[in-house]
Amino acid sequence: MDFSFLNQPAFSGGGVYLDWVISGIKWTLLVSILGWIIAFSVGSVLGVLRTVPVAWLRVPATMYVELFRNVPLLVQMFIWYFVVPEIVPQALGDWLKTKMPMPEFWNAVLCLGFYTASRVAEQVRSGIQSIPKGQTNAALAMGLTLPQAYRHVLLPMSYRIIIPPMTTEFLTIFKNSSVALTIGVLELTAQARQISEYTFRTFEIFIIATVIYALITLTVTFSMRWLENKTRVPGYIGGAGK
Amino acid sequence: MIEMKNVSKWYGTFQVLKNCTTRVDKGEVVVVCGPSGSGKSTLIKTVNALEPFQQGEITVEGISVGAPGTDLPKLRSRIGMVFQNFELFPHMKIVDNINLAQIKVLGRTADAATAKSMALLKRVGLDAHAQKHPGQLSGGQQQRVAIARALAMDPIAMLFDEPTSALDPEMINEVLDVMTELAREGMTMMVVTHEMGFASRVAHRVVFMDAGEIVEDAKKEDFFGKPRSERAQHFLSKILHH
Amino acid sequence: MFTGFDFEVIQKSLPYLWEGMQFSLGLTLLAMLGGIFLGTLLALMRLSSFKMLSYPAGAYVNLVRSIPLILVIFWFYFLIPLAMKKITGNPYASGIGPFYSALIAFTMFEAAYYCEIIRAGIQSVPRGQVSAAYALGLNYRQATTLVILPQAFRNMIPILLTTSIILFQDTSLVYVVGLTDFMGAAGKIARRDGRLVEMYLFAALVYFLICYSGSTFVRRLQARYNVGR
Repeated sequence: MDFSFLNQPAFSGGGVYLDWVISGIKWTLLVSILGWIIAFSVGSVLGVLRTVPVAWLRVPATMYVELFRNVPLLVQMFIWYFVVPEIVPQALGDWLKTKMPMPEFWNAVLCLGFYTASRVAEQVRSGIQSIPKGQTNAALAMGLTLPQAYRHVLLPMSYRIIIPPMTTEFLTIFKNSSVALTIGVLELTAQARQISEYTFRTFEIFIIATVIYALITLTVTFSMRWLENKTRVPGYIGGAGK
Repeated sequence: MIEMKNVSKWYGTFQVLKNCTTRVDKGEVVVVCGPSGSGKSTLIKTVNALEPFQQGEITVEGISVGAPGTDLPKLRSRIGMVFQNFELFPHMKIVDNINLAQIKVLGRTADAATAKSMALLKRVGLDAHAQKHPGQLSGGQQQRVAIARALAMDPIAMLFDEPTSALDPEMINEVLDVMTELAREGMTMMVVTHEMGFASRVAHRVVFMDAGEIVEDAKKEDFFGKPRSERAQHFLSKILHH
Repeated sequence: MFTGFDFEVIQKSLPYLWEGMQFSLGLTLLAMLGGIFLGTLLALMRLSSFKMLSYPAGAYVNLVRSIPLILVIFWFYFLIPLAMKKITGNPYASGIGPFYSALIAFTMFEAAYYCEIIRAGIQSVPRGQVSAAYALGLNYRQATTLVILPQAFRNMIPILLTTSIILFQDTSLVYVVGLTDFMGAAGKIARRDGRLVEMYLFAALVYFLICYSGSTFVRRLQARYNVGR
């Protein structure tokens, strides 16, 4: 194995191939993190709505989740990028097509965000539903309103319970960010392939990409384990058994 | 104070409450008993509208519980409730469990709420545990905290839904002692329980339920002395002779 | 702005799309069977008390689960021809064709995910069952195949099917190596005829109908399981 190609001048852009790798990491992280902010906020709202005893709030949230979960991410990526600008009102469509800055990047962020929101919503819902009904009853019985019961009782416990599956979901959006290469975002996987085409150092550059993905995954996993320990409720042994 | 008239409730086609009529006067202690599945827990939860009902009327101090315009959080904040599984909020310290509704519902300041909470904790003998989490306390201790939490709202009446059923035998008395003292002080209480010893010592009246019906509603002396119905006789003979 | 949804372009391309769909379904089914078989072996290895078995299996599963599927596909498209040259000794051997390359990539990738499900399933079978099997005189292989795995798989069928529905969605990613699965076929016609809106929306609809029916079926199955317990 020979990694010296990393220091060779790159085919374009003025730097060396290492700069391409670093740029790939940057876009992978940017797409993942911005997408996650959308996924977490939209998914949390949808997950809560799926548990409320009000049908006209619950049904649309359920429809959203079913729609976004049952269409492949790649198809959604193409729809955001190629179809949406054609079917929105003309002025907006023109803006999307000609004036929007970095259209590939922002479409990828929106697509990954709204797709992952449907998965986050399912985690939030199951977290809330894993809390015994008696907790809601107790909160209501002391005069809290339903929103207050969610705010002070249901959500603080649910978010603690779902830290492990939410970690998995973040890692999923992180890995799925590579799908953005299909609409032209030069994230880490795209850069790896591009470098392999220019340098023929396929084995080496794929190893580098694999190690970077694995390292970031490890870092996230351990930080979340730390967070889980830090937020652990003293004496609490899961919701099971009730 | 609490009046129920011909209350009926169905789950689908199954009728869980059949024309239940009874009352709890100010300062009175009423014990509701009966075999499991007889509807007694459902009945007590209709009083603060945790369980909706389809027919009949319930009023608390003249306010109709089932009427659509009733401010349920306000009504509930005036009635304390204690649950079978304690239902303390596991992520909050003991003192914060008792503070929560005082601050969020009654609008007390944090200092005033804490002062009240500490006084009540002292009263149930647990002031030393104020900074712990519920999971670090025994079942009996948790239930005493739950009683303190309900009392912190200065309730006009207290509902107890099988408060000792989830406790190990050696912890039952510490909870019953707190309840007995409350009754001595003149608290209006409705208590669903199997503890016939408590009923015969503390109750003024006993309501016996079977299969969703109130079969017997009598003074304590009459109920234990000469129950009229065969079902009540059968129930008493089973529960007293084992 | 887009006007006039052209249904005809879809209708005309149905035979070609159907060919693509056969590719997608075939790839899903075979990768699922291969993945579950390999995943079971990996799970048994991970649960083994021999470190020689459990460590490599654990390393493989954790590594594969931490990298994107697209990178895995690229890896195998790079490695398979190299391996073929090594195996056949022919420096001009060209590989095994796009379908089998994709099949191997998906099987190896999905096996890591199936492995974790199967491992959890095996662990969910009470320890007492293992003891009882050994007490009857069964050996490891008999206890595993006759007592543990049948119970484990019965519990796992819903989640294995759910994973397979996701696998079906993931097969669309063969796009990155230019294969003509259902999505590939739709994309090729979309670009040839300049009808991106119709083709991509139609593809979304077809995927949705298949996956939604699949997940509804799994939910029913799960409900029936829960009643049976």
